[in-house]
Amino acid sequence: MSDVVGPGAADEGRRALGSLRAPLAHRSNALHAGAWWLWALGLATAASRTTNPLLLGLVVAVAGYVVAARRTDAPWARAFGFFLALGAVVVAVRVLFALLLGSPIGGSEVLVTLPEVPLPDWLAGVRLGGRVTAEALYFAFCDGLRLAALLICLGAANALADPGRLLKSLPGALYEMGVAVVVAMQFAPRLVADLVRMRTAQRLRGRADRGVRSLVRVARPVLEGALERSVALAAAMDARGYGRTAAVSPAVRRATHGLLLGGALGVCVGVYGLLSAEGAGFGLPLLLAGVAAAVAGLWLGGRRSPRTRYRPDRWGARAWLVAGAGAVAAAGVIVAARADPGALTPAAVPLTAPTLPLGAAATVLVGLLPALVAPVPAKAGARRPAPVAAERGEGAA
Amino acid sequence: MIRFSSVSVRYGEDAPPVLAGVDLTVPEGELCLLVGPSGVGKSTLLGTVSGLVPHFTGGTLGGEVTVAGRSTADHPPRELADVVGTVGQDPAAHFVTETVEDELAYGMESLGVPPDVMRRRVEETLDLLGLAELRDRRLDALSGGQRQRVAIGSVLTPHPRVLVLDEPTSALDPAAAEEVLAVLQRLVHDLGTTVLLAEHRLERVVQYADSVLLLPGPGRAPVLGAPAEVLERSPVRPPVVRLARVAGWSPVPLSVRDARRRATGLRERLASRRPPSPRAPAAGGAPLVETEGLVVRRGGVDVVRGVALRVAAGEAVALMGRNGAGKSTLLGAMMGLHAPARGTVRLAPAPGDDGGPVVPHRTAPGALLRHAGLVPQDPRDLLFAETVAEECATADAEAGAAPGRCGELVRRLLPEVAEATHPRDLSEGQRLALALAVVLTAAPPLLLLDEPTRGLDYAAKDRLVAILDELVSAGHGVLLATHDVELAAELADRVVVVAEGEVVAEGPTARVVTGSPAFAPQVAKVLAPEPWLTVGAVARALEEGPE
Repeated sequence: MSDVVGPGAADEGRRALGSLRAPLAHRSNALHAGAWWLWALGLATAASRTTNPLLLGLVVAVAGYVVAARRTDAPWARAFGFFLALGAVVVAVRVLFALLLGSPIGGSEVLVTLPEVPLPDWLAGVRLGGRVTAEALYFAFCDGLRLAALLICLGAANALADPGRLLKSLPGALYEMGVAVVVAMQFAPRLVADLVRMRTAQRLRGRADRGVRSLVRVARPVLEGALERSVALAAAMDARGYGRTAAVSPAVRRATHGLLLGGALGVCVGVYGLLSAEGAGFGLPLLLAGVAAAVAGLWLGGRRSPRTRYRPDRWGARAWLVAGAGAVAAAGVIVAARADPGALTPAAVPLTAPTLPLGAAATVLVGLLPALVAPVPAKAGARRPAPVAAERGEGAA
Repeated sequence: MIRFSSVSVRYGEDAPPVLAGVDLTVPEGELCLLVGPSGVGKSTLLGTVSGLVPHFTGGTLGGEVTVAGRSTADHPPRELADVVGTVGQDPAAHFVTETVEDELAYGMESLGVPPDVMRRRVEETLDLLGLAELRDRRLDALSGGQRQRVAIGSVLTPHPRVLVLDEPTSALDPAAAEEVLAVLQRLVHDLGTTVLLAEHRLERVVQYADSVLLLPGPGRAPVLGAPAEVLERSPVRPPVVRLARVAGWSPVPLSVRDARRRATGLRERLASRRPPSPRAPAAGGAPLVETEGLVVRRGGVDVVRGVALRVAAGEAVALMGRNGAGKSTLLGAMMGLHAPARGTVRLAPAPGDDGGPVVPHRTAPGALLRHAGLVPQDPRDLLFAETVAEECATADAEAGAAPGRCGELVRRLLPEVAEATHPRDLSEGQRLALALAVVLTAAPPLLLLDEPTRGLDYAAKDRLVAILDELVSAGHGVLLATHDVELAAELADRVVVVAEGEVVAEGPTARVVTGSPAFAPQVAKVLAPEPWLTVGAVARALEEGPE
């Protein structure tokens, strides 16, 4: 009997497991763009609380793995490489500054002594050249790595979240501004495409299509074309109802302005109170009141815009999991930093090999969860049979 | 539905009016075709309906335009968005979002249509326009015809009562144009939408029109009436109407079907005559360009696949095929813009050179000019200077020609244009002529043209045909990629049809174009099975009298 039941139960088990597995992404199950940002901000928060190079490396690795596993073939997804390069530059610059300008860290392991440039008296406290210690370089490296990890986390959000979809989740009052930003962002890639096409066309006039001179020559016509297109786009948007407003009573309008201004003021004073020593008492309540007023103002302001939303991303269980993974990573590192500051911000003097704090590392690893639960994007080759027409620019692209 | 009462438009205080004395009404549910020579103010007239003129373009609007009872003077375009849908000449300039589905929904979102209604209308529109498979596609990965359909769909979803279209089929291949027109036809019939559209390629549209609005000349009063009546005295006429004039039919037929029913007599008269035979290319000469098993790969896809093609001196060859078939890439490969992945492209040695054929992508651009010249799809890509005269001076210098050679060509091709004009201020046809002059300055034996008749009216097209005809007679070889079957019939000796980067048909024009209904010119359809292609040939044969 058990022979018969066995396969059936296994089947059922497999089906249950199958429903947990990440599905192929499509419009209806697309992960909310905000979830990606929360996840990335969580990782960034984790990175900001430590200078342990091993832990920072782990954060970067987690972000990189998730991007590799879940990015689409959309243009913004290519941004991640740029952020990686930016991170490397940040580390290099930080180390270079420590090398040239010295560091307050001091330390005893002198690697090299650079010739010191004598500076005038009024530049007291600034040093150019002089002793370079291993401790100072190591400290600068860790510090730079922290900033780089932060940038890379933001890069991951950029690569994974569709800016257009994120826009749809903005409050109605901010939508129009958001469209302007997104359209402006499309401007740059089109400008580059034009530039490439025009440079190619130089060949048709018998000019070299490489070098700086060819670039200078096409710059003006390319800009002219871009400007013409912007005006055409603005006209098209206007003709399609962009900027329509619904009639609202003057009272509502005044209330909107009052709430937004009061909210902004409250947030500013509240933040000041939180950060300054003497205002700790009134800081938090004022901040909360300010945020509440601003939210109410935005909500009221949204009534002026008659817009509706077509298929906005839904915040489902997978979005909770992705955002939660970021939150766990952040919380884990914050707690670990309180409990064991020595392991998360290891002292540079004396120089010791860093050790990986296991608890914090485990929570950072939770950040890998999106690579399991987020829907898998459809692959490029399968659904893009016609890049031909696109590249040929048929229809005066 | 659309009422113009003594409308006039002028840009600038002392400039002559672009439009004057427009006083007419377009009733609801009509497909009204706006015709007239280039530069006569067709786009301006369309703009007054959507409110873009004067709210967006500036200028002064005299009189009043009302659409569904709303005056465009008091309502900016966005307040008219729920009654008027507008698609401009370049659909790509119209897109706000990134994917097909979002683009279809954008207008409805702005108008505040409830989400469930939006969802339903997007699905309906995807089906209506045959876009269901493209719904998740990014807009910049669409072909020309697909873009045009998405642009039309994006203004259809808010269910406007008036649709305004500026040259919706100009950039499309015949099949894609048919698709778009079929959609318009359905809108007019099923939804009662009023459509006002401007189009140069009358042969494609006129049979669908309920009325024709003719703008005879700049500032002259327009004429609105039944298509047959108006076209009889219009300066722009599709081939079938010109044929009617030659054959003396009145009232003029508008569709091939009408014409065929009248053409029995004409067919009999022509039965004893033979159409002029195609030009005989110079015998024995080496081809000006020859490709052998040419494969060009772009973006990881083989765009041109194993093409073998040759163009000899003194012949004109038309390259036809749907949007995205690889025509432009093939022309580009001949100019060395794309290196072949496999196979070869060779150009004949320049006149006066000794030595063998050259390989375009390995030849210096300056030297290549004396072998071949390409006028690209958008002639603006070729024009860099700020005045026509400056453009000519640089062209002379680049081609190593005697100073003034380009200027001379411009005076011949564009007698009406002042030398100080900015190239961007020229009309589409004038710009093409300027680009052609620039390319011809180097006197290349082989001339390549990519979609040269887009946006040209019949007069400009006739002028282009005359110029190219002359060049071919003088021993140049011409290879043109085109969707315009009438142009191919007028000019080409041979037609090569490409599909998905491969040559699928090749032969004398008469045989290839009559072989497929999509590529047959109107005259051929009317007079089949007699092998006549152009009105000109028929007219000459009738003048000569019986043999």
